[in-house]
Formats: sequence, C-alpha cells, structure tokens
Amino acid sequence: MSYRIRLNKTLEQLKPSGIRRFFDIACEMDDVISLSIGEPDFSTPWHIREEGINSLENGKTWYTPNAGLAKLREGIANYTERHKGLCYDPQKEILVTVGGSEAIDLGLRSLIEPGDEVLIPEPSFVCYSPLTEMAGGIPVPIVTKAEDAFRLTPDALRAAITPRTRVLIMPFPNNPTGGVMRREHLEQIAKVLIETDVFVVSDEIYGELTYGDSAHVSIASIDGMQERTMLISGFSKAFAMTGWRLGYACGPSELMEQVIKLHQYALMCAPTTSQYAAIEAMEHGDADVEEMRAEYDIRRRYIVDRLCGMGLTCFEPEGAFYVFPSVAITGLTSEEFCQRLLKEKCVAVIPGTAFGDSGEGFVRISYCYSLKHITEAMDRIEQFVENYKRT
Amino acid sequence: MDKLLKLLDSNARLTNTQLAVMLGCSEKEVSDHIAEWERDGVIRGFKAIIDWERTDRAYVTALIELRVTPKRDLGFEGIAETIMRFEEVESVYLMSGGYDLAVIVSGQTFKDIAMFVAKRLSTLDSVLSTATHFVLRRYKDSGVLFLGEEKDERGVL
Repeated sequence: MSYRIRLNKTLEQLKPSGIRRFFDIACEMDDVISLSIGEPDFSTPWHIREEGINSLENGKTWYTPNAGLAKLREGIANYTERHKGLCYDPQKEILVTVGGSEAIDLGLRSLIEPGDEVLIPEPSFVCYSPLTEMAGGIPVPIVTKAEDAFRLTPDALRAAITPRTRVLIMPFPNNPTGGVMRREHLEQIAKVLIETDVFVVSDEIYGELTYGDSAHVSIASIDGMQERTMLISGFSKAFAMTGWRLGYACGPSELMEQVIKLHQYALMCAPTTSQYAAIEAMEHGDADVEEMRAEYDIRRRYIVDRLCGMGLTCFEPEGAFYVFPSVAITGLTSEEFCQRLLKEKCVAVIPGTAFGDSGEGFVRISYCYSLKHITEAMDRIEQFVENYKRT
Repeated sequence: MDKLLKLLDSNARLTNTQLAVMLGCSEKEVSDHIAEWERDGVIRGFKAIIDWERTDRAYVTALIELRVTPKRDLGFEGIAETIMRFEEVESVYLMSGGYDLAVIVSGQTFKDIAMFVAKRLSTLDSVLSTATHFVLRRYKDSGVLFLGEEKDERGVL
C-alpha cells in the first residue's frame, strides 16, 4: 500500500546543521538573548538597496547571462584587484553565484572524483564536509588549535596529504574561531602545496573583516598559487547583504569553464535585482565596509575583555565576527554549557562541536549585535560562569 | 578620536574603562580626551533621553516658529540670547527658509505653552510673528526610537 521514497543514502545520512538545531530550541523560549546569529545586524547600505530598487523600477526583471552581468563581473575584477592585488579576466575567470555557498558546492563538484580526499581545517563552517560527501569525496579534517591561533600549520597540512588528496579548503578568516592566515603563514602553506597537485578552494567570505594593522591576504596572491586556487567571496558579510544571496568565484579559466556549466544547469543565473545592487557595492561600497568593520572591532574588543575577565580564556579573534572562548573552567562540555546557559540564563550561543569534533570545549559567540545587547548577554554569562566556577 | 565621540554620542554612560577596552587605548587617554572636550566646549553635557509619556510627569512640547527683526549690531544673536534664557525653552535654532528662529518649548499643559508664547515671546520687541506647533507624538528623539521595540528578524543558518 504505502509507497516508500528511495532517497539518496549519502544525503539521508548527513546530519542537520548543529547551528540550526540549537537555534530552534532557543526560538521556542521567551526572553532569549541570542548571540548565535552569523549575519550582520546592519541593513544593507541604502545606496546599494536603492540600486536594487531602481533596477526593479526600470523593469530589469529578466535572467542575466549565466556568469552574471558583465558590469558586475568587471566590478568584481576591479574590486579584487584593488583589495587583494589579484587580476582575473571578467570574461573567463569570474562567476557570479547564489551566495558563496553555491560557489563552494560548484567548486567541490567540479574538482572531486569519487573517493578523492578533501582537506578541511576544523573547526570551520558547517557546509564543507556535507558538500564534499555529496560530491562523492571523503572529508579529511585537519584540527587547528587555539595555541596556533587556529591557523593551519604547514606540518599539520603535510601530515594530512595523501596520494588521494585532491582539494584543500582554506576557510579563513574563519567562522567560528576568528582565526586568520597572515601572509607569512600562507607562504608556508603554499610551500607545501606547490610540490603537490592539490587544488585550493579558498573561502574568503569574511575577507573584508579582519582587525589589526594588516589587511586580509588571499592565498591566491602568493607566488604560484593563483593557478591552483578558486577564490570564493561574496556580498553577504562585508556589505550586509545576506538576504540578497549573492557571491562569486574567481579561478583559472579551465576550471571556471566547467564550473559555469554546472551553475548554468543548476541555477541559470544569480538573482538579477541583487546583481544590480551588487554593482553599486563593488564600485562605491568601500566606505560602508570600513564603517561596519570599525563597529565590529569595538564590539570584538569589548567582548574579548569581558570573557577573559570572567575566566573564559579566549584567543583574540583577528577576523570575521565571532569569538570562540574555551569553556573548560566551568567543567562543562560545549553542549552542556550551551544548553544550561540557555535554560538558566536565557542566552543562546552555539556549541563549538557544531563546527567539527575539534570544537569540543569551546562555544561560538557572535558579535553581530548592538553593544547594549552584548553587554546584557555578557552580564548573564558572567553570572552563569560564576555559579559553575564555585561548584 | 572621533570614534570615542561617536561612542559617547550613542551611550554616554559607558565607563572610561569600557571605552578604553573598546578603542584599544588607555583609560588615561580616554579621560584626557573627555576632559579636553569638556574644557573646549565640544562636549556640552551628558543627559538621559527620557520618554516622559511613560512617566507621571505632565509634559508637553511645542515647536514655535518665530519671525524676528534682526538688530543692527547683534543680528539675530541678541534676540536668540534673550529667548534661550527662559527656562521653558529647551532649544533655540537659527533657521534658513520661511522663518528665523525655531524654539522648542516645554511645559505641563498646552495652555502653559500657549500662555508662554503669548506673554513672553510675542511681546518681545523684535518678534514680528509666532506660529505654535504642538508635538502630538514622539516617534524618535535624539537618534533613539520611542515607538515600539526593534525586533530582530534574523534567522539562523
């Protein structure tokens, strides 16, 4: 009688995102102060929104070329040259995607053969491993440690490479740790890679959001790396454009030719309205990014100071908008810490384990919130930690 | 250091310690800057933004448009200085456009304000005319929303 749908086994066995699961619990409670959200609290800058609105008013509601509007691809090329010192041909080496996530998926699917290994520094964002599996690859985590400022070290990389290694994901600036790779660290990584045929998928969605004196450096800008790197970025985090769903990928034309084919069959093109708005972001958005970055930096300093003050030892994050403190002092696991904090103090943060097993003992705290909101949450976390320190 | 001013502008109750942490400088730098700004008149005061509607205090405000004759030597300064000294007056601005001075006046009742305008403002020598606009509802004041709460509509992915 009853029909049973036969589903893809790999897909069925994927775990749902640990971030999502935790957020759902928080949503059912009243008066929860959340520090769990990973998207800017700012609205998209008005002049960028206005360009989206203008495009609608002018009836620009059709598909764009598969690879994206020519003017946007040129804008991305100029922006990437201006900020990362990298030259890409807008005709053949740049693809506009539906968020950075699509670009990651397309990149992995274009590069991986069944059984290929994909190296994933962890803790890191939740999508790399499932997308690798769906592409038939085998995810191989490389644990990054707080004592290394959550950077990928050349030794750990060398130890993880096998003859089956096909791709290295470079998730920096990192969600959830806030770790970044400075030029000298990337040079060491490049040295290891250059002797192999491992290809790099560099997820630089947080590239604009680094703190301190030196700006973000792309691994593609290290000698010999551009030809073996797919650079992925987007508009969501830097320009506060999450809902517009727009990202991009830059890479060697022989790869991009294949990637665009996949994009064309799966997505056709990225949303047209968003693309018109994004042209404005590429051309005139630098000052907005700087203003938001300055605000994040103030919150970052405050939150790190508060956490350290209450004994939650905390690596000082250098990028993105997360802090990743150790909760060891409370004697609780990540999961216990988050559940009890939510139940007892109505504060939602994400257990480190949502970002890989190596996240055990840590929690992710987002500072995409107003200082007032952060202050209230920190006061509550402080009381919570005091209680557990004593017992 | 305009970052410090901006922070104070958004919340003047942050302590010097907090401000120093947020800006990555020393507490002494923060207190020196604030002292200097107070001395130089950059910072004119610190006060709370209160929604009196939510208290027992009877509180009415009005915007008065004033057309005045400037004095030969003092221009608008003389009359502005006279007006700003009344304690009912919260703000006085010299305006471009259809009238000269905008005066924000507060009192306990509409009548208080009407009487103040009739007896104190209209009777001043240089005042040619007044137009009184009562504030009926305050939606936003000094950059702060007075109506409703800002809701976080973001979901989590």
